[in-house]
Amino acid sequence: MTEKKNSFRLDLRVFIPIESISLALVLNKLLPTNGSYTQKEYPYFTYFLILLLAIFIVIAVITAFNKSFQDKIVYKSWFIGAAFFLLNIYNLATIKFMVIPNIYFPSPEMILKVFIKDWAFLLKCLGYSGKLLLTGYGSGAVLGIITGILVGWSKGWNYWINPVIKVIGPIPSTAWVPIALVAFPTSFTASVFLIGLAVWFPTTVLTSSGISSVKQAYFEVSSTLGASTIQNIFKVAVPSAMPSIFIGIFNGTCSSFLTLMTAEMLGVKYGVGWYINWQKDMLSYPNVYAGLITIAVTFSLLITLLFKVRDKILGWQKGVIKW
Amino acid sequence: MVKDLNGEIEAIHIYKQFINPQGENIVALNDVNVVIRPGEFISLIGPSGCGKTTFLRLVAGLDKANSGKITLDGETITKASYERGLVFQDPTLFPWLDVKENVAYGLKTRGVFKEKKDEVGEFIKLVGLEGFEKSYPHQLSGGMAQRAALARALVNHPKVLLLDEPFGALDAFTRMSMQDELIKIWKDRGTTMIMVTHDVDEAIYLSDRIVVMSARPAKIENIINVNISRPRGRDMPEFLNLRAKILQILDFAGKRIEPEYII
Repeated sequence: MTEKKNSFRLDLRVFIPIESISLALVLNKLLPTNGSYTQKEYPYFTYFLILLLAIFIVIAVITAFNKSFQDKIVYKSWFIGAAFFLLNIYNLATIKFMVIPNIYFPSPEMILKVFIKDWAFLLKCLGYSGKLLLTGYGSGAVLGIITGILVGWSKGWNYWINPVIKVIGPIPSTAWVPIALVAFPTSFTASVFLIGLAVWFPTTVLTSSGISSVKQAYFEVSSTLGASTIQNIFKVAVPSAMPSIFIGIFNGTCSSFLTLMTAEMLGVKYGVGWYINWQKDMLSYPNVYAGLITIAVTFSLLITLLFKVRDKILGWQKGVIKW
Repeated sequence: MVKDLNGEIEAIHIYKQFINPQGENIVALNDVNVVIRPGEFISLIGPSGCGKTTFLRLVAGLDKANSGKITLDGETITKASYERGLVFQDPTLFPWLDVKENVAYGLKTRGVFKEKKDEVGEFIKLVGLEGFEKSYPHQLSGGMAQRAALARALVNHPKVLLLDEPFGALDAFTRMSMQDELIKIWKDRGTTMIMVTHDVDEAIYLSDRIVVMSARPAKIENIINVNISRPRGRDMPEFLNLRAKILQILDFAGKRIEPEYII
């Protein structure tokens, strides 16, 4: 730790990303495009790097005045620098030296071009996927919590439903695709069913195990404080099982993404999964990459959101799963 | 705060047996008869496994006796109720609620929170936890958690407060100060107190009467009146005499004592 002399304090490590981006920018400008590169050339990669450069310069200036922000950026700077260095290498390997097949590994500017020319259609696909995901995920999670509570709480439900869960549950929901596509009137409802199933199973299992392992003493105390059975379920069993319920929902979220993509690639028209599959068939790999990046960003944001909700609800206990 | 009057407990021919994991019948309580007067402080003392806790659970309504009945102010106890508050050795605070919400829990489940909102603060103050309303149970020390558990039971104005070794897990100093707090609350509220303890000193320090129970099958061996004026000193001659007497009844006097509890 260096001694703090005044409020203006610059750590040179915040320049690592800037240096990495500058290197990429300079090499991209100086090196000529490979002779056998047949695609039309676009300036988007250059614009992208200039934009990033501007952003990181602004960040570097802010860090000089904000100590905690600086610590965060300094900590991340090596990683960010390395990431842009890799992007730089990828750019060189594609458009500059053509060491990997261009058709499957398009240059960065080609991928950026897709976002710029095709963003409206990508957004439409994303909206469609989102609608499908939310409908299936929502119903699966709600039903999962309900069956989980019933199975975890009541011996009768446990007797009748638990064997069904044990047999049906472990089947990957994508294995139902052939049946779902013929059993449901539309591919949308079929996909909602598949996604719902994917979320329902882990949510049910972890909710019921959470409910049935609540300490008996909580119910006893609750009863002597005047609680009824229903209140024991909703004011003691459910909150106490919340950490476990959350793990179920988290697992369900991951398998819902998987199911969504599979369903879209197999039968549903529209959606990001369908887009990727369709573009792959057309050998339009820049669009495939653009679709993948869209998915990566969206799903990552959704998981982050889920964990924010978790932290809000489970503030009373920390560190179940880190994200 | 209005004093809670009445709270008379009567146990008539209580018989309770369990089947242990080996499949054997264990008689936990055999023909237990006792009348506990309103506002009285009673301690149950006796060897481990003598059914003290079983008796407390029957009064709480958490278990049912095989025969006999227990009444509260003449009404037979059939299930748990807020009229008979319970405090375990483990504070058993709900970890997902902060101190204030834990104390308010009983009022909320009974649907009287709106009218009695102010009492939550009053009882938190009574047990000396002001400033910790927003703390979660994992942030509290053992003594503080037990105070919160006391407040949570008291806010319902129970006629009877059942205490199952409430201070057993606390260090000696905290325990002594909690005993003084409990006496203060008891005088203030007039609640009937039934406490299970392993600690003879604690029983003498707190109780009007001490119920000494025998080992299995548990019966009431002796009921001892503690005629020592309050506030009591732990080194008063009457205190020490009574202590010797109880130890004798428990068959620990002058012999090598196998400790049942560790302080």
